[in-house]
Amino acid sequence: MANPSAVCNGHLHYHQKQNNLLKSGISKKNGITKGIKKNGVSNGSLSKKAFIEHFEQAPMYVAVLTFVGFGVGTIFGYLRDFMRAWGLEKRNVATEREQQKDFVPLYQDFENFYTRNLYMRIRDNWNRPICSVPGPQFDLMERVTDDYNWTFRFTGRTIKNVINMGSYNYLGFAETDANALKTVAKELQKYGTGICSTRQEMGTLDKHVELEKLVARFLGVEDAMVFGMGFATNSMNIPALVGKGCLILSDELNHTSLVLGARLSGATIRIFKHNNIQSLENLLKDAIIYGQPRSRRAWRKIIILVEGIYSMEGSIVRLPEIVSLKRKYKAYLYLDEAHSIGAVGATGRGVVEYFGMNPDDVDVLMGTFTKSFGAAGGYIAGKKDLVDFLRTHSHSAVYATSMCPPVAEQIIRAMKCLMGLDGTTQGLQRVQKLGKNTRYFRRRLHEMGFIVYGNDDSPVVPLLLYMPGKIGAFARRMLEKSIGVVVVGFPATPITESRARFCVSAAHTREMLDTVLNALDELGDFLHLKYSRYSKSAHPELYEESRFELED
Amino acid sequence: MDIKRVKDYFYWLYFQYLLITCSYVLEPWEQSMFHTITVTVFAMVLYTAYVFIPIHVRLAFEFFSQMFGGQPESTV
Repeated sequence: MANPSAVCNGHLHYHQKQNNLLKSGISKKNGITKGIKKNGVSNGSLSKKAFIEHFEQAPMYVAVLTFVGFGVGTIFGYLRDFMRAWGLEKRNVATEREQQKDFVPLYQDFENFYTRNLYMRIRDNWNRPICSVPGPQFDLMERVTDDYNWTFRFTGRTIKNVINMGSYNYLGFAETDANALKTVAKELQKYGTGICSTRQEMGTLDKHVELEKLVARFLGVEDAMVFGMGFATNSMNIPALVGKGCLILSDELNHTSLVLGARLSGATIRIFKHNNIQSLENLLKDAIIYGQPRSRRAWRKIIILVEGIYSMEGSIVRLPEIVSLKRKYKAYLYLDEAHSIGAVGATGRGVVEYFGMNPDDVDVLMGTFTKSFGAAGGYIAGKKDLVDFLRTHSHSAVYATSMCPPVAEQIIRAMKCLMGLDGTTQGLQRVQKLGKNTRYFRRRLHEMGFIVYGNDDSPVVPLLLYMPGKIGAFARRMLEKSIGVVVVGFPATPITESRARFCVSAAHTREMLDTVLNALDELGDFLHLKYSRYSKSAHPELYEESRFELED
Repeated sequence: MDIKRVKDYFYWLYFQYLLITCSYVLEPWEQSMFHTITVTVFAMVLYTAYVFIPIHVRLAFEFFSQMFGGQPESTV
């Protein structure tokens, strides 16, 4: 277990020791050896860890009934639009002024058809205002609607202690314990809240330098740079790294920030099927053989954009295979660990540690502090040359204000807790608690007969609902039972696969999880959600095993 | 107690129908309209079945029995 004396041995000694061990491929962090981990791999080329993912398909009648439901919604949508257009009903959406009727239309009515007619009817399940810290439980402001969700009003009451299954609070650092936040309060007094400058002008504080060194040490890389906003980390730095004449190979289900960054860069974008190594390899082969579209020249750079954990599916990237592919075809790898940093891995260092690989295998390690660290902002880490390049060329460094000091201090204290540098084993306990909670929750859901997507080790648990009518019913009834869930429907997910997404946290106690599971059991029977035809086994892979040669 | 269970079961069936056809999200007047249309269509299907199926079954039976039963008669 963690040995506090080894940590306090002297900063320099610890640092040297870590460097040595990283070179030999075995990492010894906080005095814990890899041997304790169940499938500890020290060579790091291809992990022998069991990779169990589920993507079970529902019976055919479910898809048919889903389309029937959407059909009914669409028909009534047309009816209501007709009534609104002919003045039989009051119009609540934005419309132009009477004087501007002959101008070019400002609002394209049909584009918002889905929002107006389907989303509005169940809108009370989203954007619920909370009035406490989003820890394992929170307080909600009660609101009612008089005109079917077009407007809301607050009754003045609060619903207390709603179990929070929607916040990305993986390690439970969203807390208000005054003891834990001592250093943050001190820094707030010392530095204030605003920076009022960009990194390149006067916005680089000693706090940023300290944080960047700590992030680099945490991840086991040479250097890191932090940014004030997680979304902007992706969208502003990908254009700095690639440009015209480069090729981006991006996963089907990548987050909007990655898609936006890729589009802003001006490079050619090709999409490969989600987590499908064969599809990626075919794209790489075509890229190398055929080159750029008209001139047939070689691509200046080929970069693969993947995420550590995909937030809508709960699947984990197949990192060992992708790294072997990238080595074979000489491409670069950009790994977005927004949901996986702090949440997977034996000591919370992300998917790189989860697969037992060397952080040097990934060219650009990106992550956010919003999820596991209870703060805000993002980082990019990797070789010193890369980070130095980003310090001068990133749009964020030139134009965006830097991260504010109290937030930086929150990240520092969370990371120190996680690494064990504060002298306790609390960080490691949190990571292990999260792992236990995740496995327990997923196992029980599978046993109950729900269709749950994703990897067995990912704390993001999507439970499939399929039919549009059930989305609203599920969320409302869970709130009646004092459990707050996030439901997702059409634009964010494929049209037939709407889901409820649970985010397990280390701060959830076993009793809270049992309450949620019992409520799910009851609601699953009442709403008829238990579609699974298997009740404990993993569904066989939906695509054939990819065969590819491995180069050592 | 039994009556309550039966009533709960029928309420559960009605609720499943609401969820499946997505009429759970509709406003009350839209729901009434949808229920009226559905019940009308369903009643028409039942009536058609009641009127036509026995006649068709009888005709089909006669047709097939003529085809198979008629052979021995003609050779004799």
